[in-house]
Amino acid sequence: MTGLLQTGATAMGAVWTAFPELHPPAASSIAQGVDKLYFFLTLITLFFTALIFGTIFYFMIRYRRRKEDELAGGPHEHLPLELTWTIIPTLICVVIFIWASFLYVRNSRPPKASMDIFVIGKQWMWHIEHPEGVREINELHVPVNTPVRIIMTSQDVIHDFYIPAFRVKKDALPGRYTSLWFEATEVGTYHFYCAQYCGTDHSKMIGWVYVMNPTDYAAWLAGGSKTESMADAGEKLFTRYACATCHLSDGSGRGPSLVGLFGKPEKLLTGESRVVDESLLRQAISVPNSVRLSNFPPIMPSYQGQINEEQLLQLISYIKSLGSEERKTSGK
Amino acid sequence: MSSTATVDNLEIPAESRLNYLNASYGIKSWLLTTDHKRIALLYLVSITFMFLVGGVAATLMRLHLIEPQGALVDPETYNRLFSIHGIVMVFFFLVPSIPATLGNFLVPMMIGARDVAFPKLNLMSWYIYITGAAFTLYAAVTGGVDTGWTFYTPFSSNYSHSAVIPVALGVFITGFSSILTGLNFIVTIHKMRAPGMTWFRLPLFIWAMYATSIIFILGTPVIAITLFLLGLERLLHIGIFDPAVGGDPLLFQHLFWFYSHPAVYIMILPGMGVISELITAFSRKRIFGYSFVAFSSMAIAVISFLVWGHHMFVTGQSVYAGLVFSVLSFLVAIPSAVKVFNWTATLYKGSISYQAPMLYALGFIGLFTMGGLTGLFLASLAVDVHLNGTYFVVAHFHYIMVGGAVMAYMGGLHFWWPKITGRLYPDAWARFSALVIFVGFNLTFFPQFVMGYLGMPRRYAVYPPEFQVLNVMSSAGASVLAVGYVIPLVYFIWSMRYGPPAGPNPWGAKGLEWETPSPPPTENFEEIPIVTEEAYNYPQLPEVARG
Repeated sequence: MTGLLQTGATAMGAVWTAFPELHPPAASSIAQGVDKLYFFLTLITLFFTALIFGTIFYFMIRYRRRKEDELAGGPHEHLPLELTWTIIPTLICVVIFIWASFLYVRNSRPPKASMDIFVIGKQWMWHIEHPEGVREINELHVPVNTPVRIIMTSQDVIHDFYIPAFRVKKDALPGRYTSLWFEATEVGTYHFYCAQYCGTDHSKMIGWVYVMNPTDYAAWLAGGSKTESMADAGEKLFTRYACATCHLSDGSGRGPSLVGLFGKPEKLLTGESRVVDESLLRQAISVPNSVRLSNFPPIMPSYQGQINEEQLLQLISYIKSLGSEERKTSGK
Repeated sequence: MSSTATVDNLEIPAESRLNYLNASYGIKSWLLTTDHKRIALLYLVSITFMFLVGGVAATLMRLHLIEPQGALVDPETYNRLFSIHGIVMVFFFLVPSIPATLGNFLVPMMIGARDVAFPKLNLMSWYIYITGAAFTLYAAVTGGVDTGWTFYTPFSSNYSHSAVIPVALGVFITGFSSILTGLNFIVTIHKMRAPGMTWFRLPLFIWAMYATSIIFILGTPVIAITLFLLGLERLLHIGIFDPAVGGDPLLFQHLFWFYSHPAVYIMILPGMGVISELITAFSRKRIFGYSFVAFSSMAIAVISFLVWGHHMFVTGQSVYAGLVFSVLSFLVAIPSAVKVFNWTATLYKGSISYQAPMLYALGFIGLFTMGGLTGLFLASLAVDVHLNGTYFVVAHFHYIMVGGAVMAYMGGLHFWWPKITGRLYPDAWARFSALVIFVGFNLTFFPQFVMGYLGMPRRYAVYPPEFQVLNVMSSAGASVLAVGYVIPLVYFIWSMRYGPPAGPNPWGAKGLEWETPSPPPTENFEEIPIVTEEAYNYPQLPEVARG
């Protein structure tokens, strides 16, 4: 039995490598882990399909009706057998579940030192913005061997950002942020797709990921048609909307100081404790009263509809940068 | 099972005997009938028509996808084609298919009753179905709908410029026919069993119908509410699914899949019931593990309500919710596996013959096994992240819905056709078509597994050229499959006039429905039978002969 499984695995491995067109390129740090599980699942599928088909064919021939008045024999109940074919599939499922869940939990936590890139989906294009201020449409340039976190939202319907070569996918939802991360391991060009049906030109909402050497990436970034960094753009918005009237940096204002706020846990009026992340800031700007801090009055107006998705991301980038070393040294 | 009173009647040729088909004539006698057998035929004609509508849409889609840039239509039309294909096939063909035709015909006959509990409600449910279908077809003809059968918000509520409301209204209306059918079956099975027909003497088809009916009455109201909310949102912008005013577009998906995942089992459970009947009849054996097969149907019906979140692993749903839905999804696979093993074990030492219905049944077991096993890929969180929304999903659910449900429906239709019409169809042609369908099906959908793993998203009107070879294979398979479905249509119609008389029990099968003439008299049984034995009690070799 184990011998048979091993032979099967070896044969399948040979087929796997002999026909590269049967599987997508594996170009991220998690791709091989996912593929191993996929390979195991394929093996299980082949084994049980062969078992069922084989048994049926054998019975079909062995027990075919030879005479019209022939009688059947054999038992019609057998508890040990029933238990066997209930328990063995259950155990196999437990193994697969644990394996898949372990990978999933691990793959859903981005490394601490990842760089952020922002993605806005809209009918029917992907708008991508790097923190340095470089913008691209339906193209995503990333450095190789660097963890990248994609923070995304949608301007209209639900989209889904999908890079098959990296084995990652996540819905881009209107009104909130979702994120995924990857670390590209192979320099090259790979497809990305919209994988959630979004209307007429859903199938044209596709693009390319360019995985580059770090030096090439730096050169590309420098040569890009950027005007200013996202945080700088956010600072202008901060001034334009007079946010600093209330959000004084020393904490004496009518609203909380935003310096060093990002990434810290805060206790909300509801008693809930939440880490200040992009989603919380988004909520605080769009529907301020839904995330009040206990010691501040509910006087902040909603900016929903006044600030578009790109500006919102810029404002958040600015708030994130408050309290970081570079901002301090520049005197803000 | 004994019923002495009808035996004298059995040999009289169908033409000279009064039966449900010749008891009365004229269009009115059909449209106002309360006979469950005639209502079953009304449904049969209606869902066959809907199957053709959905099938034509599928054929056009597969033709279009022969070329990466699209060979036939513009993306807007393509989106309407796959939407109408999904909506018609799910809500107007698969959901009513076996319950409303074979179920309506057989539930009273198998339990020894003269009709269902509420014959007028039964007719009403057909009229509701027709009304819903008319709405949906009208909308499809006058502009179509481009939301897919899943109607995801906020696309369907705020952005689509197509006939979302008429189509959703059609689905909403049709839901009530499911509820009434489910209600009717539950009461019938509880209250109208013949003397001696205890719960554990019921044919497994009845257990499957019972489990299906429970999902009908518990699940269908949820899709009705969901579509009602969608309509309100689209008409009045109440904001429940609109994030701009504090609503949540994902709420729609939760509500939608709370019905639509159990609905998958509405479509496959009746098929499983049919397979249990076919396997036993053509191997002349009692089913292996009766109670395991029966209770696995009930287990599936219950657990199916707890797995909806596995459609939403990549929506940003919390990791912990993902874990719970994943483990429950694995759990729901176990009863299905138990059934497959029991069917296979039933063949052991059987006396197996290979008429057309049996070929369909064996095809079902094979394809359902593959469909089920590929479901494990999608229940596996890390792998689902890659496969979700790709052609892998399309292939998986077509193995269950077409390889499973439709194969079972065809098998059941071939099995009971002589009972329904009193005529035999040409078995050689039927076996040939079963083979053509099996080959065509695999050629159509197997390449889609590979396509999906390679990353091709579903619902794409145009696609990158590297997927063309697989798409052409799939389209070639679809044309074979289409031929396979047309052949039975021809010989079934032919057999109604020219087929030789079937006799009461052409297969030598057990079951009350075979103890009455074909076609049965309007009252089914001249005298209500008294049941004295278990289901599938075929005469067997003596115990000592067991090896």
